[in-house]
Amino acid sequence: MSANIVYAILVTSLATFLSRFLGALTSEGIKETSKLFKWFNCLAYATLAALIARTIIFPAGVLVDASYYSRSIVVFLSLFVFFISKKNFVYPTIFSAICMAIINNYI
Amino acid sequence: MIKKNFFFKGYRSIFTHDSPAIALTCCFIAIGALFKNLGFNIQESIFSTVLTYALPGSLVMAESMLIGASLLNIFLAVWIVNARLYPMAVSLFPLMMHRSQPKWKYYFSCHFIAISAWLIMKSNYKNIPKKHRIDYWIGIGSATVSVSVIGTFLGFSFSEYLNKDMMLGLAILNPVYFLCMMIGASKTIPVTLSVLLGTILGPIIYLFSPEWSILIAGIIGGTLAYLVGEHSVS
Repeated sequence: MSANIVYAILVTSLATFLSRFLGALTSEGIKETSKLFKWFNCLAYATLAALIARTIIFPAGVLVDASYYSRSIVVFLSLFVFFISKKNFVYPTIFSAICMAIINNYI
Repeated sequence: MIKKNFFFKGYRSIFTHDSPAIALTCCFIAIGALFKNLGFNIQESIFSTVLTYALPGSLVMAESMLIGASLLNIFLAVWIVNARLYPMAVSLFPLMMHRSQPKWKYYFSCHFIAISAWLIMKSNYKNIPKKHRIDYWIGIGSATVSVSVIGTFLGFSFSEYLNKDMMLGLAILNPVYFLCMMIGASKTIPVTLSVLLGTILGPIIYLFSPEWSILIAGIIGGTLAYLVGEHSVS
């Protein structure tokens, strides 16, 4: 293995584990019925929603190659599939991949 | 030690009809292909997936390496992107804490905190006795990591067959799956409001502070949602 790549992986995993470990450590004194727990629960959901929205609207990586409109169309159509399939998670997920490939190729 | 039946019950959650297995595999196929293009070998790619097990962090590492960033820069960039794991841990571990369970289980299993495993646990924990939730959680985490490793291996092995359209399809799959999961989890006023406010504020704050947008949006959106929830209860 190349030393640079191994160091980069170790640094990345350390930076990731730090937040997880601190979270596990500080949650020891928190009761699941406490207000602090409820607040953190809201923070977690809002943070995840912000991350997902940012990934779709301001993507990094390969999604940059798809236009804003094609990403939006795929997301809205996938949500439509999600609701008409009685909130099944698998159909809209597979649909989104096929839809994105088609839209990006032909539209 | 780990109670086997709860561990395997958690492990099997990856095979249910609404499992994240497909989305996770596809995302890690994309990551595996990306690692190969970056010059990683198969051992390094799998090593990275097992040790990091967080998609945004892996993407940031890949991008940082592409522009030749220092190790300190990689650490800070990944830490900021993955700081969301802290509130996720604090909002999950109190549900699993039990006096009879050894601490090492909690410290070891915090590595499994990622959106997919977190959302599975959040929607199923009530069906598991509190004493054994940690074993169930370790089962979920082991299953999601296994799926991620398989995805990375497939992506690395078949990267030359993945054209741009296929990579795009794989990349959109993950946010769509998690968006659906978040909407599915929105059953109470505070959670629904948190999801809504986070979705709106995340991109808006990104325009002013790209690095901190997720955390700031999470804190503002989550706090507002919590206050509204408390007010509606009282």
